[in-house]
Amino acid sequence: MSLLGMVLRSLRQHLLSTVITSCSIALAGGLILSVWTIKDQANQAFVGVHSGFDAVLGIRSSKLQLVLNAIFHVEASPGNLAWQDYLDIREHPGVSQALPIAVGDNYRGYRLVGTLPDILSQVAYREASTYQIAPGGRWMDPQRREAVLGSFAAQQLGLKVGDTFHPYHGLLFDESKQHAETYVVVGELEPSNSPADRVIWIPLAGLQKMSGHDPKTATDISAVLIKLNQPQAGFRMDMMINKQGDRLTMAWPVDQIMAQLFTKIGWFDKVLTLVAYLVAVVAAGGILAGLYNTMEERRRDIAILRSLGARRRIIFGTVVMESSLIAFFGSILSLVIHTAIFIVAAKMIRQQTGVVLNLWQWHPSLIWTPIGMTLIGTFAGCIPAFKAYRTPVAENLTPLS
Amino acid sequence: MGLLEIHQLEKGFFTPEGRHQKILDIRSFSMNSGQQLGLRGQSGSGKTTFLHMIAGIIQPDAGQILLDGHPMHALSEARRDQIRASTVGYIFQTFNLLAGFTCLENVHLGMRFGSQQNPERAVSLLEQVGLQDRMHYRPSQLSVGQQQRVAIARALANSPRLVLADEPTGNLDPSLAEEALSLIRTLCTENNAALLLVSHDQGILDQFQPCLDLREINRAGQGGGS
Repeated sequence: MSLLGMVLRSLRQHLLSTVITSCSIALAGGLILSVWTIKDQANQAFVGVHSGFDAVLGIRSSKLQLVLNAIFHVEASPGNLAWQDYLDIREHPGVSQALPIAVGDNYRGYRLVGTLPDILSQVAYREASTYQIAPGGRWMDPQRREAVLGSFAAQQLGLKVGDTFHPYHGLLFDESKQHAETYVVVGELEPSNSPADRVIWIPLAGLQKMSGHDPKTATDISAVLIKLNQPQAGFRMDMMINKQGDRLTMAWPVDQIMAQLFTKIGWFDKVLTLVAYLVAVVAAGGILAGLYNTMEERRRDIAILRSLGARRRIIFGTVVMESSLIAFFGSILSLVIHTAIFIVAAKMIRQQTGVVLNLWQWHPSLIWTPIGMTLIGTFAGCIPAFKAYRTPVAENLTPLS
Repeated sequence: MGLLEIHQLEKGFFTPEGRHQKILDIRSFSMNSGQQLGLRGQSGSGKTTFLHMIAGIIQPDAGQILLDGHPMHALSEARRDQIRASTVGYIFQTFNLLAGFTCLENVHLGMRFGSQQNPERAVSLLEQVGLQDRMHYRPSQLSVGQQQRVAIARALANSPRLVLADEPTGNLDPSLAEEALSLIRTLCTENNAALLLVSHDQGILDQFQPCLDLREINRAGQGGGS
């Protein structure tokens, strides 16, 4: 019988303790993996999402709020801009593309974004990727009450080309605030894995002139998405709008603003990581305590093995191997737990922001965490193994004559 | 040179009161290959300690133990373990089978730490002790007599030069004791292993010629150890 066979037999003999300890290791490993992978992917995804624009122009407010509202379609709009502001910025020599957007309505919680559809179709939201209409659909006509749905919104709302709907006033769904206008779905965007997937695009004028909106602000917009000719233009416009002006804010560069957000909330993932480490330490302590306690009841078995010629180092090795295997099984299980946590978290993030996290994206922690957890388990087994190593043989081969 | 040579062997223990008490003081003891020897010893006379020292499980305070030419008194613990694994078979009064393993696995463990790894021999030994249909049973699923037979098979699994039997029939009723003793002696003969059997049962010891009394060779006389 091999040593591994002996160890596996011992694990089976103490099955309950093996399962509980492995599960605690799995929980710790799953948490650590999830914190690291979700944090890094979310960071990359949010910082990488700029929807093809370098800057956002809005009313004087927080840059972060502008970006969240105009790029990620979350958060409330800080206020409106005059149409003239859009015309002015569009003519700025440093601007190559400017897209006005207006928000303020929703359909069952999914935000309606009014924009100029022809420009939207020309924007590369990611390198070499422009928004595409799924087969059977088309871009909306800016003169008509037509809508193009982001793929996620279409899927969640169950709307398809030809369906109609009434928008609701406000960014939060309130059944009593239905607008009278009827919009027809004329297209659905191909999935872009970007925030655009979870909004309903309608013509800018449609949103501006929706019944119940203040006619005085019928030409106002919520923000302007800007693509610059060259990065230096951003410095000049930042100076002109943010530092010298006091009416507007230009959020630029978009990725750095999002990176600052992650820096600001960095303490949160540090706390999560710390909690995961603590769970790992507790799990390792569980292995140590579990094995240490069983050493007491296994003294006789150890003495018998010694009487059969097993050397101390073999006894030490079998206990360490046992502990390593418990941690190894837990580590394998931690990948399952990580998968479950990731799927739930990714679904929530997609629902809230439209940003898609990829479960299959490689992360070094996917290999280092299981290895680390197995090593922690191995080290945790050394103390009970040392106790087994020191078990006196003669005293435990009962009875003595 | 005989299989086992012992000279000026001494062993003592500290009592709970802190007093050192010598329990074994054996001037000379020897056994030849294939010899079967009975050793009478009352409870507390130090006979288990004596066997443990021969097997290298514990070390003497003084003296020499030469087992198959190996100076057990002078070797490291690891080396003694190695020699025990390949040279000695041990039968205990309480059988000392590992509860989590089947009969066959218990016998495999008897050869696991020695130089010989022969799974077929384990099967053959269990057949010889009449447990061919119980190989995959756990010890708890066997009768007391069957458990002792597994212990006998395990003791011979590593083809030992010397089998040490410590009250091997102490937990068996008289008919089973006779059967077990006969089995041990037969298997030792067939496997060319010497047998040193210690017991306080006169009926068992009467079957051995020669049969020594530990009191006769132990100058420490009646001791308080084991």
